[in-house]
Amino acid sequence: MNKKKLLAGPYLLWMVAFTVIPLIMIAVYGFTDRTGAFTWENVTAMIRPEHMKALWLSLKLAFLCTAVCLFLAYPLALILKAKGVKKGSFVVMVFILPMWMNFLLRTYAWLNLLDDGGILCTLLEKLGLARFSIIGTNTAIVLGMVYNFLPFMVLPLYNVISKIDENVINAARDLGANGFQVFRRIILPLSFPGIVSGITMVFVPSMTTFAISDLLGARKIMLIGNIIEQEFSTAANWNLGSGLSLVLMVFILISMAALSHYDKNGEGTSF
Amino acid sequence: MRVKKFFSQIYMALIFIFMYAPIVTLMVLSFNENKGRRWSGFSLKWYGELFQSDMILSALGNTLLIAFISATAATVLGVLACVGINSLKGKARNAYLALNNIPMLNSELVTGLAMMLAFIAFGISFGYATIIVAHITFCVPYVVLSVMPKLRQTDKSVYEAAVDLGAKPVYAFFKVVLPELMPGIVSGYLLAFTMSLDDFIITHFTKGAGINTLSTLIYSEVRKGIKPSMNALSTILFVSVLILLCAGTYGPGRKKKTEKREKVK
Amino acid sequence: MRKHAERKGLRQKHQGRRVQAAAALGVLMASVLAGCGLGEGDMAARYPNGEVKVYNWGEYIDEELIEQFQEEYGIRVIYDTFTTNEEMFPKLQAEPGMYDVVCPSDYMIEKMIQYDMVQPLDKDKLPHYDNMGTAYLEKMEEFDPGNQYALPYTWGTVGILYNTSMVQEPVDSWDILWDETYENEIIMQDSVRDAFMVALKRLGYSCNTTDEGQLEEAMVTLRDQKRLVKAYAIDEVRDKMIDEAAALGVIYSGEYLYCKEENPQLAYAVPQEGSNIWFDGWVITSGAQNVENAHKWLDFLCTAEAAYKNFEYITYATPNTAAQEMIAAEYLEDPGVFADEETIGRCEVYRYLGDEMDNIYYEFWKKVK
Repeated sequence: MNKKKLLAGPYLLWMVAFTVIPLIMIAVYGFTDRTGAFTWENVTAMIRPEHMKALWLSLKLAFLCTAVCLFLAYPLALILKAKGVKKGSFVVMVFILPMWMNFLLRTYAWLNLLDDGGILCTLLEKLGLARFSIIGTNTAIVLGMVYNFLPFMVLPLYNVISKIDENVINAARDLGANGFQVFRRIILPLSFPGIVSGITMVFVPSMTTFAISDLLGARKIMLIGNIIEQEFSTAANWNLGSGLSLVLMVFILISMAALSHYDKNGEGTSF
Repeated sequence: MRVKKFFSQIYMALIFIFMYAPIVTLMVLSFNENKGRRWSGFSLKWYGELFQSDMILSALGNTLLIAFISATAATVLGVLACVGINSLKGKARNAYLALNNIPMLNSELVTGLAMMLAFIAFGISFGYATIIVAHITFCVPYVVLSVMPKLRQTDKSVYEAAVDLGAKPVYAFFKVVLPELMPGIVSGYLLAFTMSLDDFIITHFTKGAGINTLSTLIYSEVRKGIKPSMNALSTILFVSVLILLCAGTYGPGRKKKTEKREKVK
Repeated sequence: MRKHAERKGLRQKHQGRRVQAAAALGVLMASVLAGCGLGEGDMAARYPNGEVKVYNWGEYIDEELIEQFQEEYGIRVIYDTFTTNEEMFPKLQAEPGMYDVVCPSDYMIEKMIQYDMVQPLDKDKLPHYDNMGTAYLEKMEEFDPGNQYALPYTWGTVGILYNTSMVQEPVDSWDILWDETYENEIIMQDSVRDAFMVALKRLGYSCNTTDEGQLEEAMVTLRDQKRLVKAYAIDEVRDKMIDEAAALGVIYSGEYLYCKEENPQLAYAVPQEGSNIWFDGWVITSGAQNVENAHKWLDFLCTAEAAYKNFEYITYATPNTAAQEMIAAEYLEDPGVFADEETIGRCEVYRYLGDEMDNIYYEFWKKVK
């Protein structure tokens, strides 16, 4: 029986080599300056106003995106459950299949719809409404995020909710619970792990994205992801970039650790 | 009840439209004669151009090859890990699960950057290998998460019975445990494949000279305006996956399956 | 028990179908892979003279030239692109042998010389070097003394592209980019140096200033301007202007010709306050593994025919005087394409100001956004 343990060995080696060591590298860069001397500066740089502004905006948009995803996905998961198991193919159709079309391309396609001279705008113009474009606004970025990350909310929610035993619900009904009570007392608590992992899987990428804001924000809007990415790709200040990403990482880990407390078995995250 | 059903249909339709509006736009634009977004007539010229473009074709080849290798390696690594982790208890087990959560909780941005820095620090030159290593790393957790619950559901006594009846452990594993895990493994594999295929950020930071995947190629084209032949390629890819999926789900044999399922219920 | 067995059977069926789908996927993939990959052996036969690794701006060459070079010289070109000088630099710094020839801009060439990342050109191996106009080479000595390292590829100015149907007044000053009437009709460059150049020149300063007071002033004006700006963009300026999504855009002169051909309403002007004159030039990296082939590549690009063909495609002005003789007079005499003496006189080349100063510029830029 003990030999089985060894099977996890390659995995352990792999994860240490390619996740733990790289993280140590980030820390090394984050706590040194260009000359290699130790410094706190790159980490404390997060409190500079231009970085705080970006962090706050990212937090706000990520929060908004997560909330919208949750409110869109939850009813959908309930509907899918009510329709029975075979609608699983609907989930695959609608949420997995689009991933085969590149995510940048799909996001870029929103430009074709929403930009000036885009399809929706032209349509509105033809209908006699004013010409307008939401590209370059926070709305556009949230839309792009919701579009890209909604599947990560739907999948875990659907997964958990579809497993709730009809008998439990029926039993509650028989005992006189009304629809709302069934939802509050039975479905909501039982779906909690799914909610938690859905929130994690939407919040983390939307908090750190830079491609979506690049594409739909007309580059007028800097999220913290953009700031970090640009420290690497345009400002060539890797130390500052590393320092900022360390802070961001710790920030995310703390908020998620609080959440994942409710999802001990990782039930929600299974597909 | 009718009203409720009506609303739920509408709701599903709306979500469907939301998810597919940009995709349909891309597909339509791939037949546009003009390069811009104004419709100027039907044309297949971008499809012709697609097969002339070495850049796009080699990016496509790279993308598929990388996804194939990483998903396969990640699946093997992940399944082994699951069996190993499952035999552990208490703290050790939790430590593994925490380790598994690192790439999932860490944003892709941090993961990609960290790997880039590590590769540079250890003097590993960027190329296919670095991309594949990076992809395996972020795919493994998804495999583990898909397989783990299935492994927990399997009945240990079946395996033990097989061993008692004289089967060697490895044989018993392949004959008894693996088939039980198969749905988890397949969905883990497909998930890993799809994630690798769709990844941009991590590839962006770990790619080497002259190697482009579709994502990185598209990102470099975004600023100059994406060539419609890219839309054409996506349309072809999308439609072929759609056909495969339909063949898989609605092909012959489908009816029997649903009947059985009703019975089980 | 029966139930259990049945469920298992079902699961296997279900899984069978999924495996089938996966297998079909595999077949599709294998066929695609077979279709686009050439084996190593084929490569050696097709390209007996090895390879050269080229790192260039996106869409900055007529791709047929790459094909032509591969065929004529039997050298395989491994071609990769970048979008900004700043993106290119750290990649090359991390791995100096990653590319053999690179095409950075003036100030970046200066920086790379200081970092020992480039090696001197061997002009004996560039028989067509004489095609380069001496006037350009002289100007380039500002950042590459003795023209040791860089071979000019393109040159031009930064100016304002405007739509004559939307802008009636004459465009001759950067002030128009701060004009309230064009709110949400302005596209600015999304690169630190170019954006600050516009603001600094408008204030009457040098675009190579190291005076933090002047930079602060420039930052404040840029921040005020943000309200009027529709988008910050680099290469997208071109398409947005063609689509008439904006009235005014800051753009490189090289894009003007293409824009004008797509939309005849567009015109280009270099403001009176002065602007930037830039050069993009080829350099051979110090870590290059294919130095010989790199020279062949450069010499090939120096030929009049290649330079002319390239001009036709990318529409950026060429410093190749032999190629200029082949170019139609209407382009050659258009000051938007080939800037005249007077315009060049108003313009300044970007210099590399040191890492510290780069950081300061970038910190100010973050404050703008």
